[in-house]
Amino acid sequence: MQTLNDCKKACKVKVKKLHAKTDLKQRLLSFGIMKEAMIEVLEYSPAKSTIEIKVDKMRIALRAKEAELVEVEKI
Amino acid sequence: MNEDLKACPVTANHIKVALVGQPNVGKSMLINSVSDAHLHVGNFSGVTVEKTEVLFDYKGYHFTIVDLPGTYAFTDYTIEERVTHDYLCAEAYDIIINVVDSTSLEKNLQLTAELMSMSKSIVIALNMTDEAKKEKIEIDAAYMSDLMGIPCVKVSAATKEGIESLLNSVVEVQEIEQQVPKLIFSEPVEEEIAIIEEYLEKHKYQAVNTYRNIAINLLKNNKKTYAKLHDDPIWTELQPILIDASQHIELHHDSDDIKEAFAEEYASFNRGIVAEVLTQEIKEEKKTLTEKIDTVLIHPFMGIPIFLFFMWGLFQLTFEIGSIPMDWIDAFFGWLGETVGNTISNEDVRSLIVDGVIAGVGAVVLFVPNIIILFVGIALLEGTGYMSRVAFLLDGFFHKFGMHGQSFIPLVTGFGCSIPAYMSARILKNDRDRLLTLFVIGFMSCGARLPVYVLFVGAFFTAEMAGNALFIIYISGAILGLLAAKILKMTAFKGEDEPFVMEMPKYRLPSIKLVWHTVLTKTMMYLKKAGTFIAAATILIWFLSNYPKNIELEQIYSVKIEQAVTQSEKSILQNKLAEESLEQSYLGVIGKFSEPIFEPLGFDWKMSVALQTGLAAKEVVVATLGVLYALGEDVDEENDSLVNAISKNISFASAVSFIVVVMIYLPCLAASVVFTREAGGIKYFFYLLGFTSIVAYTLAWITYNVVSFLYH
Repeated sequence: MQTLNDCKKACKVKVKKLHAKTDLKQRLLSFGIMKEAMIEVLEYSPAKSTIEIKVDKMRIALRAKEAELVEVEKI
Repeated sequence: MNEDLKACPVTANHIKVALVGQPNVGKSMLINSVSDAHLHVGNFSGVTVEKTEVLFDYKGYHFTIVDLPGTYAFTDYTIEERVTHDYLCAEAYDIIINVVDSTSLEKNLQLTAELMSMSKSIVIALNMTDEAKKEKIEIDAAYMSDLMGIPCVKVSAATKEGIESLLNSVVEVQEIEQQVPKLIFSEPVEEEIAIIEEYLEKHKYQAVNTYRNIAINLLKNNKKTYAKLHDDPIWTELQPILIDASQHIELHHDSDDIKEAFAEEYASFNRGIVAEVLTQEIKEEKKTLTEKIDTVLIHPFMGIPIFLFFMWGLFQLTFEIGSIPMDWIDAFFGWLGETVGNTISNEDVRSLIVDGVIAGVGAVVLFVPNIIILFVGIALLEGTGYMSRVAFLLDGFFHKFGMHGQSFIPLVTGFGCSIPAYMSARILKNDRDRLLTLFVIGFMSCGARLPVYVLFVGAFFTAEMAGNALFIIYISGAILGLLAAKILKMTAFKGEDEPFVMEMPKYRLPSIKLVWHTVLTKTMMYLKKAGTFIAAATILIWFLSNYPKNIELEQIYSVKIEQAVTQSEKSILQNKLAEESLEQSYLGVIGKFSEPIFEPLGFDWKMSVALQTGLAAKEVVVATLGVLYALGEDVDEENDSLVNAISKNISFASAVSFIVVVMIYLPCLAASVVFTREAGGIKYFFYLLGFTSIVAYTLAWITYNVVSFLYH
């Protein structure tokens, strides 16, 4: 399974499935991170603990741990 | 009739509007533009997050617009979302103005779609039209109104374009009977809605809302709708229909979560709308300004040094520039005390007014310049969108200690003064993160503790070593704070790690008016609440240290003082009088009473009293020690004789353990009041009191015993 966390900088992917639960899932959904959404990886913070992505036109930061719960596929 | 009025404050000539939108769509700007034209802004603060109300008259209607905190979705995850969610569900209002950012329409409509199933009338304000034009985005508002069944009005809060037509639309919507928004779902969902509608129709279910609306809410698992229908006889037959419907929809969406299914439904509806109404001249893919700035500011190596530089600058400003008006304020209250004091002949009343009220209020007002500068800085950091970048950079480090990237700002502010630090913890959106940070802020030694440190360090270390000792005190405080955070996270604030999913908004220059407004509101709140409270508390402490009066003692000493020959003899006698008066005052009694408690830490009753008066403010610790070690009231940390008295009367071990307590226990009364308000309840104050006292006591006890052992 490939997750958002496995992506390199500047790579573009499509969301396949959300493995997050309840609150976090709601949060991801409200930011437009849902099935079929296109995501571009913009930047990693030092030590790769946080990752910045772009969904539609919105830039979103999330922890690597949370990015792991977003299953993606390369396009 | 009268009863009705009481239950529902919304009357015919009133239009109460709830202003709702996602964060960073310019809602506050918009309300400012509206109120500019029809001035009268009042602030009604809630417990932790304020909502602003604007009142004005327009076209024969009394308007009330309530500005609700920004929310991405209609959930109750953060405090802001909760305020908005609860308001929209429980309060009485007529119309929702949904503010959306025209430059990012699809994302913004996600919230709109949720609002559309609330059976409230909506007007959509397509805000930031000017920015959209710059980005060559064209939205057909008339067509959009048609498609959604909701009036959509192009506005720009910045250029004040379209404000009137927005208000006109609100009036129009108010005058029509019921608005039917056209929210269209995918085929499977529409099928299920039709089945439920049909069922309700067959049973002639009585309801205010349309059947379609009830059906949608049932499918969305809306608790309120469920509760209503649950007690109805039709429920027994309805339930299996609903179970079937959910299964069908979940199957269609390949998900076991109906909320996810609906989010996807909304998204595809919005995609459809956007595809119809929005045209954008497609430019070649170029980096936006925000992306260019971000390549520098969140650069993996340069990002943190740049941020540290900004923080350093902010603190320089806060404490360098802030100290200039502070001197004036200090001088003013000194002058005021003297002037007022001269007009009062009764000594007790004069002492109460001058030493109690004026001195106490003065101490509070003294911090206002600091607070203003710091809050301007924080408002700028937040308003420009830089704060999110900081959180992005620092979250990795702070997360190790169970805190959030944004905790950094309040913690660093804590080195200056705990009061603005507690207030700035509001930038943390999540309750648990915010509480944890609030509990840890006290470990960052504030400016007021410096005099105590300087006094004790001066008494026990050589001048060369003093700087190092001070540095060690500050650093160990910070390290203790991080450890405390870790421990609290593993015990009291245990639980799943709060997710860190956060928008990195576009960089924008915040409007000066808006920044000033925020700062002014916060400053006034500080002055009002902390001001009244601390004035009362200083009066109490003044009373405790001055009463009961012992006339006999005073008479004996006044005779002795008159007989004294030299000036120094007189002052020694005066100090002795002060010491003995204090010893038999209520405060002295408390000190003696509590002495056994503090004995294991190596404190005598004087040190115990100093710690207790220090609860009011840390500056008082030095003053109290000065009085108690009989040196008169005018002492400060540079007073040589106090330093001598301390090194003579207090053992090294007691001194170190004293510093440990000062480092950890409650910062001061004003800060405790602010803490209680920010944490959201008096119980949190008692938790903080308990937590800091236990930690301070334990660590001081260990320190005292270890140091005594080493130095014997």
